[in-house]
Amino acid sequence: MLNELDRPVDRRVLELRVNGEDHQVLVPVHKTLLEVLREDLGLTGTKHGCELGECGTCTVLVAGEPQLSCLVLPVQLGGREVTTVEGLAAGSELTPLQRAFGDLGAAQCGYCTPGMLLSATALLRANPHPTRHEIREALAGNLCRCTGYSKIIEAVEMAARG
Amino acid sequence: MADLQVVGKPLPKVDAAAKVIGAAVYADDLVLPRMLHCRILRSPHPHARILAVDASAPRRIPGVKGVVTGADLPIRFGILPVSQDERALESEKVRYVGDPVAAVAAVDEEIAASALDAIRVEYEVLEPVMSIEEALRQPRDERIQESRSLPANIHRLQSYEFGDLAAGWARAAHTREDVFFFQGNTHLPMEQHSAVAQWMDGKLTLWSSTQVVHYVHRALAKVLELPMQKIRVIGAAHGGGFGGKTDPFAHEIVVAKLAMLTGRPVKCTLTREEVFYAHRGRHPVLMWVKTGVDAEGRITAMHFRSALDGGAYGSYGAASVFYTGTLQTVTYDIPAYKFEGCRVFTNKPPCGPKRGHGTPQPRFAVELHLEKLAHDIGIDPIELKRRNFVKPFTRAVNWLRVTSCGLEECTEKVLAASGHRERERKRGRGQGFAISAYMSGAGTAIYWNGMPHSEVQLKVDRSGVTAFCGAMDIGQGSDSVLAHIVAEELGITPADVRLVTADTDSTPIDLGSYSSRVTFMVGNAALEAARKMRALLDEAVGERTDVSFLEACELAETKWGALSTAGSYTPPRIGGPFKGSGVGPSPAYSYTAAVVDVDVDERTGIVRVNKVWIAHDVGRAINPLLVIGQVEGSVYMGLGEALMEEQTFRKGLHKWPSMLEYKSPTFLDTPEIETFLVETIDPEGPYGAKEAGQGPLLPVIPALNAAVHDALDVWIDETPVTPEKVLKALKDGHAGPRAFPSVPWPEPIYVDPPARDDMRVGAELEAAFADA
Repeated sequence: MLNELDRPVDRRVLELRVNGEDHQVLVPVHKTLLEVLREDLGLTGTKHGCELGECGTCTVLVAGEPQLSCLVLPVQLGGREVTTVEGLAAGSELTPLQRAFGDLGAAQCGYCTPGMLLSATALLRANPHPTRHEIREALAGNLCRCTGYSKIIEAVEMAARG
Repeated sequence: MADLQVVGKPLPKVDAAAKVIGAAVYADDLVLPRMLHCRILRSPHPHARILAVDASAPRRIPGVKGVVTGADLPIRFGILPVSQDERALESEKVRYVGDPVAAVAAVDEEIAASALDAIRVEYEVLEPVMSIEEALRQPRDERIQESRSLPANIHRLQSYEFGDLAAGWARAAHTREDVFFFQGNTHLPMEQHSAVAQWMDGKLTLWSSTQVVHYVHRALAKVLELPMQKIRVIGAAHGGGFGGKTDPFAHEIVVAKLAMLTGRPVKCTLTREEVFYAHRGRHPVLMWVKTGVDAEGRITAMHFRSALDGGAYGSYGAASVFYTGTLQTVTYDIPAYKFEGCRVFTNKPPCGPKRGHGTPQPRFAVELHLEKLAHDIGIDPIELKRRNFVKPFTRAVNWLRVTSCGLEECTEKVLAASGHRERERKRGRGQGFAISAYMSGAGTAIYWNGMPHSEVQLKVDRSGVTAFCGAMDIGQGSDSVLAHIVAEELGITPADVRLVTADTDSTPIDLGSYSSRVTFMVGNAALEAARKMRALLDEAVGERTDVSFLEACELAETKWGALSTAGSYTPPRIGGPFKGSGVGPSPAYSYTAAVVDVDVDERTGIVRVNKVWIAHDVGRAINPLLVIGQVEGSVYMGLGEALMEEQTFRKGLHKWPSMLEYKSPTFLDTPEIETFLVETIDPEGPYGAKEAGQGPLLPVIPALNAAVHDALDVWIDETPVTPEKVLKALKDGHAGPRAFPSVPWPEPIYVDPPARDDMRVGAELEAAFADA
């Protein structure tokens, strides 16, 4: 197959499991998970800040582990489940972490929030009662320019208290 | 106001739910049917003449639907009327690496990007000008921007003298001069700028991540030669601005033009690298300051000079120059003050407004300068500063009017909480203290007009109340403040208030999110509209007490018919009787004091910030949760500027145009921040409120440098305080600039100062000027 610039493009049908739903998409193999989520599955809750793996904004969970979706190719997933911000709440019931982010003002512009929520979700699953330092370490790869991080730390602590 | 039900409560933002489930729609999240994707070809040279642009080849590429060059968009624009020096696509010359030259719209982004490679541009390379010093010399080839009157690459020159300088110097028991340099840095919003344009039936709609829909609206009308009523600008959910999305941008105009040419919606989202080149961030500023004090340490006179590295275009620069000089007098009581300011053009991305716009640089210089002065004469620096604090309800020597002022209370709070006076004195450990003032909105609009600065309309019908306002929520919570005030006045909850904001078709004017103006100005407009509506509702309800809000709405609609009220706010005339007095006046100033505690490693030069205590006089916190959020965010951003953030260039190229290389503080670099809110209840603010989003950044930077001095007894007179500079200072006793360059200053404009207690504003003040 050739694209409009007469370059060969390898397209594949990919099977993806995202937020508990199975999808089949036909995409060029070089398309990143970030692009497939946003452009082919309409899951625009996942944001992008650099597309170079530097800012943490596009963080999703792959088999429960935080991954930078701008650096993941869907062909690498091998059937592992992807969780995005849209998959956190159970129906309209927010998770304690989502509620805490809202209640404490941990989301200002909200652009880093999806990635922040997923990194923090993975942390709390692995370590339900993290210390402040453990929270800082776990979230250090996610940049935020609005909050000064304090309210995010407090929100993770509030969610950990249940 | 003891019985406030909503105002003063720490409530979640009205858009919190949408943001935590990923449902907020930012500009790049928009997808319209048949939408094309746009990429922009940018100059690889910092300074060059464009000899030819051949854009014929990309038009033949399958998937390319539109190509535009400078020939398609010849009309100049710029945010300030005095600086109409930009083109959406340049056709004659390029002035920085990244200057837009051509653009392509294609069925996908990859084709658009590849098609740019097929555009041929022939350049004649010119000598670039890369520093303030070079820009003050005659250019070898030609000026970056044309000028009829100014030499070298000077953009603006200002000189003012307020009060009797000579008498001030004569009274001084001690004088001191210092030179400081504040490095440029950028906003680094998490969201890259993005815009989507649609052209349908002779009408253009643009969704954008802008801070000011009104200014984008004006620029589009001018460049596209369309009447305002044929253009609609809508602010999408906003991923952070900090001043960086306050100019109209090339990509906004280009997608509009491409949508008009192709008849299809067009989106352009900048790459992170492009965001670094779009810039409009903090000006690098070289400063010289001389101050005289009497035997008690009271300031007798100050002379302040600034030289701003403006980059290649005007942007807000004509205002930025003034801001480096104007607010000194509302922070300290300066009886005689001379200010000389100069902005130069260089072949770098244009600088503009970043959080604090033009005031963090002089704040840094003056705070450290007074520290040194205090050391000279053997007075505790904090005591010297306190003796000179500006007093509430006074008028400064340059006519700026101070109303409420909580400097003393803020200072007490941070000194007590930090234990500053009793701090352990140990080499390598230090604390620093600094203060600041900032405007609650600019007193004059950026272009001359008689319209209010903010308007709010309320509509009440059978299904409740809707508030309409042009304000753009950039994450700081301006939508929430609007809802809180309407809810307070109508006796309902913020969730009961429906909002329509930042849409030039459906909302009345608001000048947008900059200069910390929204709470004060939208708040006052909302108060007026809501109080009018409350009166109509009360009259319709009459003596009945068993009426719900919705029933009251129905009664009111029954009694009055279609029901709407409006409120507007225009700041009073405050500035003095001289040209240039429009920059600096604000209806109220916020005040902040901060103490920063650091450890400095003498071996590595690494500064570790242990804690920051900050107290902010916000007048009244309409929502303390949001105010504290603004204060903490300001502290964080200030620490980034103080310690690591630098927008610097090598041969015209940005040294680190990526989020990894452009260092900004992470969770691990950001210390605990303890915030105190001081409420002075300003007489003109809504419920007494003033600003919160910018002032708290200002004291953090000089407080950090003062803390490093406290720890190691060396001065670092520039930002950022990198480990290299700490080690240099330890070796040489000093790090920073030594001299201020020669500038052809004009004769100063002499201004007679007002009486210290002259509080007149508005018509009363205008009448006094007319009589004189």
